[in-house]
Amino acid sequence: MSNQSNNGEPLIRVSHLKQYFPINTGFFKTKPLKAVDDISFDIMEGETLGLVGESGCGKTTAGRTILHLYKPTGGEVIYRGKSIKTKKDIEDFRRKATMVFQDPYSSLDPRMTVADIIGEPLDVQNLYKTKEERRERILELMDHVGLNSEHAARYAHEFSGGQRQRVGIARSLAVNPDFIVCDEPVSALDVSIQAQVINMFDELQDELGLTYLFIAHDLLVVRHISDRIAVMYLGHMVELANANEIYERPLHPYTRALISAVPVPDPIVARANQRIAMTGEIPSPLNAPPGCPFHTRCPYAKESCKEGMPELREIEKGRFVACHRIEDIG
Amino acid sequence: MALLEVKDLHTSFFTDAGEVRAVNGVSFNLERGKVLGIVGESGSGKSVTAYSIMQILATTGKIVSGSIKYDGQELVGADEKVMKNIRGNKISIIFQDPMTSLNPTYTIGKQLMEAILLHTDRNKLQAWDRAVEMLKLVNVNEPEKRMKQYPYEFSGGMRQRVMIAMALACEPDILIADEPTTALDVTIQAGILELMKDIQKEMGMAIIMITHDLGVVAQLCDEVVVMYAGSICEQGTADEIFYNPCHEYTKGLLRSIPTTGNEGQKLQPISGTPIDLLNMPKGCAFAPRCDAAMKICIREACQRFTINENHMAACWMNVKKAADKN
Repeated sequence: MSNQSNNGEPLIRVSHLKQYFPINTGFFKTKPLKAVDDISFDIMEGETLGLVGESGCGKTTAGRTILHLYKPTGGEVIYRGKSIKTKKDIEDFRRKATMVFQDPYSSLDPRMTVADIIGEPLDVQNLYKTKEERRERILELMDHVGLNSEHAARYAHEFSGGQRQRVGIARSLAVNPDFIVCDEPVSALDVSIQAQVINMFDELQDELGLTYLFIAHDLLVVRHISDRIAVMYLGHMVELANANEIYERPLHPYTRALISAVPVPDPIVARANQRIAMTGEIPSPLNAPPGCPFHTRCPYAKESCKEGMPELREIEKGRFVACHRIEDIG
Repeated sequence: MALLEVKDLHTSFFTDAGEVRAVNGVSFNLERGKVLGIVGESGSGKSVTAYSIMQILATTGKIVSGSIKYDGQELVGADEKVMKNIRGNKISIIFQDPMTSLNPTYTIGKQLMEAILLHTDRNKLQAWDRAVEMLKLVNVNEPEKRMKQYPYEFSGGMRQRVMIAMALACEPDILIADEPTTALDVTIQAGILELMKDIQKEMGMAIIMITHDLGVVAQLCDEVVVMYAGSICEQGTADEIFYNPCHEYTKGLLRSIPTTGNEGQKLQPISGTPIDLLNMPKGCAFAPRCDAAMKICIREACQRFTINENHMAACWMNVKKAADKN
């Protein structure tokens, strides 16, 4: 496992994780849709790993499979040195790993009060002895995310998008996790509210020592919050590196194209920016091209790229790239 | 004379909960061949401004007062016949969601030809040729084949290209783009923005770009209007807005987005929550969230204050600065 660091034990080790969904293609015929196809990486304790890619690249599926919301088709997830296999392992793991969802409008039950939404994980996991204890914990959680105690009896519809996302975060913190998968947690929010929530993620991390897997498509946000960034394309990981480095000097041709497409909020930089155009669109994961999955759109692709899946290799210290021609393209 | 002159536009929605003043005295000019960006959060009135220009407001919405002049012709109060000739012919609009703005039961070709047949005296055969030509213009491969396909056979980016082709088929003078790339991936977005820029140069039309994304504004716009709670708080050339923001809200927005250069630093969010249009404060709408708010800000809203010939802002801070100088 070349892309896994040796210094210290990682909190989460993802090893050759695969998630295939069977798709009906005819009478009694199915074909696997390889949403996540053999990805491996480590997440260190207290780290934020950003996961980026276009829609359909498998980033959300990867996050959900790590939490075992889907049963992995192959590979394993190792939490604190222990592989998650049995039902009991999964239950224990769920007490330590939670999720924040993208849409604060549909991820909260409209018929429950905020206190009950936040308290539900406590009920499910039996984390209190008395009603008083439950209430105290809920108020403490609300305080963590900057909600007033008077909000406890209200319903989700009475809140703005940003406040709803705070409720969602409080709920994910309820079981006292040390790992949170954040799936596009700020994309549905207004610009002026995004910064509040991003800062809150930062503060909670410092306060509670949390580890995040931060999935998002807004590269500037991901860069801001992440220590390292992993880039996915068609179910594969194509690059993994330090957040600033990947942004300043992307190596994989796909990462280069992706980063050059980010609209920078600065007119002078934007005018000078030369976009690296990709030809065509992302192929369907049902008909993934043979060889390197990116060769159909890659400006550097050669005949040889059509053969053999490139392995994620360490090119420089801490920089992993999956490209056959990385040494040639400079 | 500007191509489009919007003057003191007020648009309200009359709901059961009361009158919602979505647009509150908006004025701007759009020159031929320019790209104007309208930036703001949800509920700032940017889309309602556009819908007012096209007069495609929901049934509860109404232009209360103000004037919208297209090429000298007053549109407020104009009858439906006039508007039918304007819409799609002189001013076109594309919407945010390319997934729902096409009819799934008609072929792409039929939908493209509809606008052409309605607004020009081309016959079906000529309309077909024109539609194919438009698809070529927006870089859709194999346009003849694509004409016979249905929307579900198109990806999101391709559908938005079709929408653009449809909007441009009658060579309008103004294209209004309401968050045209928000639902798309960055790589697809970059392609669409480039396409809009190229076509704009080629056809010399004016664009009103409505967006919440300051990155998109920086890339495309010559002039920028920043809206908050139905009013324009700042207006100027893109460079003035980005490098010399003079309204506290604009400053706050620019400070709160991650960009190149502020990595590692903490973002400085705008405090509070977006405004409730049913309970508007008496003074400056932004005052409750503004860190620099003064007494006068709460009492009275500031009028347009000219910073320089390319720039105006409605913020008391500028008045104070000017007074301090003298």
